[in-house]
Amino acid sequence: MIASTPSAWSAAIMIASVVLCSTVGEVLTAAAMKSIGDLDDIRAQSGLKGAIRAVVTCPLFFAGVGFLALAFFALLLALNHLNLSLVAPASASLTLVTNAIAGKFFLKENVDRRRWTAAVLVCLGVYFLAH
Amino acid sequence: MVEHKLSTQQYMVLGLVALCAPLGDSCLSRGMTLLPAVSLAHPATLIAAVFTPWIAVGIALLIGFFASYLTALSWADLTFVLPATAFGNVVVALFARFWLHEAISWQRWLGVVLITVGVGFVAQGPSLTERPASEIDAPKNIALNAGAGVEKADNAELVEKEAVR
Repeated sequence: MIASTPSAWSAAIMIASVVLCSTVGEVLTAAAMKSIGDLDDIRAQSGLKGAIRAVVTCPLFFAGVGFLALAFFALLLALNHLNLSLVAPASASLTLVTNAIAGKFFLKENVDRRRWTAAVLVCLGVYFLAH
Repeated sequence: MVEHKLSTQQYMVLGLVALCAPLGDSCLSRGMTLLPAVSLAHPATLIAAVFTPWIAVGIALLIGFFASYLTALSWADLTFVLPATAFGNVVVALFARFWLHEAISWQRWLGVVLITVGVGFVAQGPSLTERPASEIDAPKNIALNAGAGVEKADNAELVEKEAVR
């Protein structure tokens, strides 16, 4: 139930918390999976158990999952105060853009013009889908 | 530099990423709407909800999503995998239109087209950022260089001994 309409600033802070926690979580999880290596190869060599062991023994993975859990609770809090039609598209679209930026600077991914264009197109697409 | 292209199996993993999340969410939504209103004063009803068929299937699908998402992240960039997850929104819209016969506004169709074009854009490019060999093999190179250094020193010693003889 939406208790009372919060100010624009508190709405922005709530959405920003979802986006920030989600971006940190995604980046840490991606970094963890890159440090572990190709899971298909690991599974071929040491089976499914070996692949699961490789993932669950990586501390970076748990840090990522921790931030994703925080993002989930921040989303629940935001949904408690704001409308779904605002929170869902705003957080989903902004997370795509912040992930592209974080991917470039923290994961050193080659975010070329093609990926920027795709991020903007998908971001706009998510916005239109929510309306 | 060689561009990383995906195999059919890897495209199937990305397909699972795109399909499992919206299907799982739909099952959870269906399951929760079938249940009477859940109050936070009785959290045990939420635990009981986990064992109802729709929610159990939804959780299984979301576990499948997370497993395929992690697998995809192990061989592709985050900025490559994320648009694939956004493609799930398109799957939901198509389900809503053709399975549930919901009316879809022109804005939503525009959204579907934009996401599809965006995903197509990324899929055309390399899936993984190429790193210079020196960066990847740095520890190996150091070890090899160290080995080469020892070998050079041994050779110099041999030459010295030969000269003395």
